[in-house]
Amino acid sequence: MMRPYTPKDNVQAKAYYTDRFWVAPRVPEEPVPEEGVYAEDLAAVKAKHKVLKAYIQRGQLVIYINPEENLEVLRVLKEERWYEMLSEMSAVDFLAERGGFEVFYQILNLNTAKRIRVKCFVEENQAVESVNPLYRSADWAEREMWDLLGVKVNNHPYPKRLIMPDDWEGHPLRKTYPLEGDEFAQWYEVDKIFGKEARDIIGPENRDPARIDRYDTERFARLGHEVPRGAPAEEAMKAEETPIQYQEEEGVFMIEKLSEERSKVLDRRK
Amino acid sequence: MAQHQVNYTQSGGLPVALTTVDKILNWGRSNSIWALTYGLACCAIEMMASGASRYDFDRFGTIFRASPRQADVMIVAGTLTKKHAEFIRRLYDQMTEPKWVISMGSCANTGGMFNTYATVQGCDRVIPVDLYLPGCAPRPETLQYAVMLLQQKIRRESANKSQKPKRLV
Repeated sequence: MMRPYTPKDNVQAKAYYTDRFWVAPRVPEEPVPEEGVYAEDLAAVKAKHKVLKAYIQRGQLVIYINPEENLEVLRVLKEERWYEMLSEMSAVDFLAERGGFEVFYQILNLNTAKRIRVKCFVEENQAVESVNPLYRSADWAEREMWDLLGVKVNNHPYPKRLIMPDDWEGHPLRKTYPLEGDEFAQWYEVDKIFGKEARDIIGPENRDPARIDRYDTERFARLGHEVPRGAPAEEAMKAEETPIQYQEEEGVFMIEKLSEERSKVLDRRK
Repeated sequence: MAQHQVNYTQSGGLPVALTTVDKILNWGRSNSIWALTYGLACCAIEMMASGASRYDFDRFGTIFRASPRQADVMIVAGTLTKKHAEFIRRLYDQMTEPKWVISMGSCANTGGMFNTYATVQGCDRVIPVDLYLPGCAPRPETLQYAVMLLQQKIRRESANKSQKPKRLV
């Protein structure tokens, strides 16, 4: 399903309108057919474990199970139904809506080319069992899930952060994590290398890369208010106006004079 | 016995060149700036191109070294992540004095487009920088120009060992 086309001529000139509250329609869910591969798969799982919900989405079977049974359900699917490959697993953040995460395992049967998505819902501090004994590809995927989302994994052979540094605090892929980082993240390298005492010397991060400090006499010369290079900022602030002077009053060929009335000083960018 | 006869009126005057210690030391330093192989992201491609035959850094005496102990200049070519920040500082500390730093590209200068939790917003938060190169990524000509500017800077400064300590930032 696609959004209806809206003409985008002249979008640079006018403000681009996007509906922030537009919710993408869900992919339709179909019932599991009475017979066929998926019916047999579902029957094999249902014979031993509880299935909370099952449906077909885009031609793939999706089943919801209890998080305590994830390893055993996957064992049934792998050993009895030959879903031998774990192509992807991770978690989806539903902390704001339901106070937990949806952990999914996408598995593939290489003989029938059928895929099943096994899903379970875990509370924020609830741990899931590692499926590493069944699928080796779960090793890094579970470490990444712990690292970026904070879903705990029990009995993992090497439960260490995968991407962020080992001494990192917080889980950056959560929806509540600010993009520019919390206080720990913003001072991470300063605290680690120089210690917290150096915070005052180094100062907070400049998140606007085009920012120009007009009183920075080391790097910038303020036109019309010149002071010697490296002069203290107070001197630059109090610098009296030194109007721009031209050698030739009539002007020079091809060179336009700067009119100070037409120039604009940006006080604030963001 | 061998006879050495110097014709002072012909071979460009006296066979003596007068100079200062500063000048001759800086002449040597500025013409053999060995750079640390320090590619962090896509800018490293341009840095490698500068070292290869078309742009040929060797003309300036700039040879990439794999060890910080043999390097004079650190070209921070690419995005510096927070995870890597402690290692760039460690490598910088391992370089022998005198040492210089070129911050190459937007990411190394200010964090660039990576306004995120995982990127150091400018490598000058961690090491002192001598030259900032704009661009995303800067062309090899720009890096060449930066090395030439660094040569000029080296020739200007005092060769005395008791250099004033660089600012932290």
